Amino acid sequence: MRKYVPKDNVQGKSYYTDRYWVAPRVPRMEVEADSHFADVLKALGKLSKESYVEIGQLVVHIDATTNVEVMTVLKETCGYTQCSEQSAVDYLAKDGEFELFYQLLNITEAKRVRVVCRIKKGEAIESITSLYHSANFAEREMFDMFGIKVNNHPFLKRILMPDDWEGHPLLKTYPMIGDEFASWYEVDKIFGKEYRDVIGPENRDPARIDRYDTKRFSRVGYEVPFDADISDGEKEQAIEYSETLLVDYTTSSKTLDERR
Amino acid sequence: MAQHQVNYASAAGLPIALTSVDKLVNWGRSNSLWPLTYGLACCAIEMMASGGARYDFDRMGTIFRASPRQADVMILAGTLSKKHAEFARRLYDQMTEPKWVISMGSCANTGGMFNTYATVQGVDRIIPVDIYLPGCAPRPETLQYALMMLQKKIRRESANMNNNTKQNLRLV
Ligand code: SF4
Repeated sequence: MRKYVPKDNVQGKSYYTDRYWVAPRVPRMEVEADSHFADVLKALGKLSKESYVEIGQLVVHIDATTNVEVMTVLKETCGYTQCSEQSAVDYLAKDGEFELFYQLLNITEAKRVRVVCRIKKGEAIESITSLYHSANFAEREMFDMFGIKVNNHPFLKRILMPDDWEGHPLLKTYPMIGDEFASWYEVDKIFGKEYRDVIGPENRDPARIDRYDTKRFSRVGYEVPFDADISDGEKEQAIEYSETLLVDYTTSSKTLDERR
Repeated sequence: MAQHQVNYASAAGLPIALTSVDKLVNWGRSNSLWPLTYGLACCAIEMMASGGARYDFDRMGTIFRASPRQADVMILAGTLSKKHAEFARRLYDQMTEPKWVISMGSCANTGGMFNTYATVQGVDRIIPVDIYLPGCAPRPETLQYALMMLQKKIRRESANMNNNTKQNLRLV
């Protein structure tokens, strides 16, 4: 068995490294002169802090405060009329920052640009819904999943999780199987907190079958009273169908006439 | 000329009155199980296939109803998310007694492969289940078998639901 290593800081420090496995790196290419992307960078001018081409896509790093300005230039000057996705990546443990990205598409040129910026924990970002309506839901999702506030958003509200949910599930610190709030959510909501004892904790081992559980399971033909102890096996009760209760003509005194 | 037996007393005597009421009521109940049109995830596709012409649930008297007031079986077909749990329970509460529940597929039984924060780990945490149907997704034949199992179960129940031991669980 592999040695147990604490995993609270999996992001800051990797706890398991295979020395034969090399993380693949996508090559970062220079922007070629006289290409479409060179024009884009020219239009952006000083707004772009760093730029390179990755898998045929321009990646531009910008200052988080200038995001609306950059999007305006890209949409109005360079023809990037679609925002196909917008979200964040949690680098809190590593750098104490979120990385936000905007994925833009130019339909006439068939080119894509990714705009990347970084914000600190607790900082807010300006909404780009005034430029791209498709960013509306994406920004709500980012707020839901990471808790990043978006300024001037028309309707900033959770989109996937229920409104009364606590915590932001895509943060690296959020446990995959949920915290205490998550694990009792449906019970608290439907029955109330006092029902936690009745229902019991979640069973996180889906393969577990309790053969002797008579509170939840019963078998047709082996019915026992509720909560009975069946550790030494249950008695079989012959299955009788209503059909078998019909009169059995072969043994009854009535004899059928020949026509039958 | 009557072909059937006329003198019932001659063969095994008359059954006790209550038993025959049980039989009659359960015969009626078990042969017209109307499930709720209610699908949650991929399993619902198999449920729809069972209702369609090839597998033909109608021949068992099983017709999907679009209202919980008219339904007496709830087939929980698919992944129940925590956000939706409240509404699933409300639909169950809106169904009239007597009512039965089939939990269809691994997701509904145990949460299945979604061992995450957002999935209810088994619908029996919020709704009492009569039949657990394994599979991911169970084929329509399996759902039909589950339904026949439920019919069997109903035929063995007391028509007065208060006498059923399972009733205790219903209150949970
Ligand atoms: S059990 Fe499988 S088929 Fe059914 S809802 Fe879950 S994942 Fe989909």
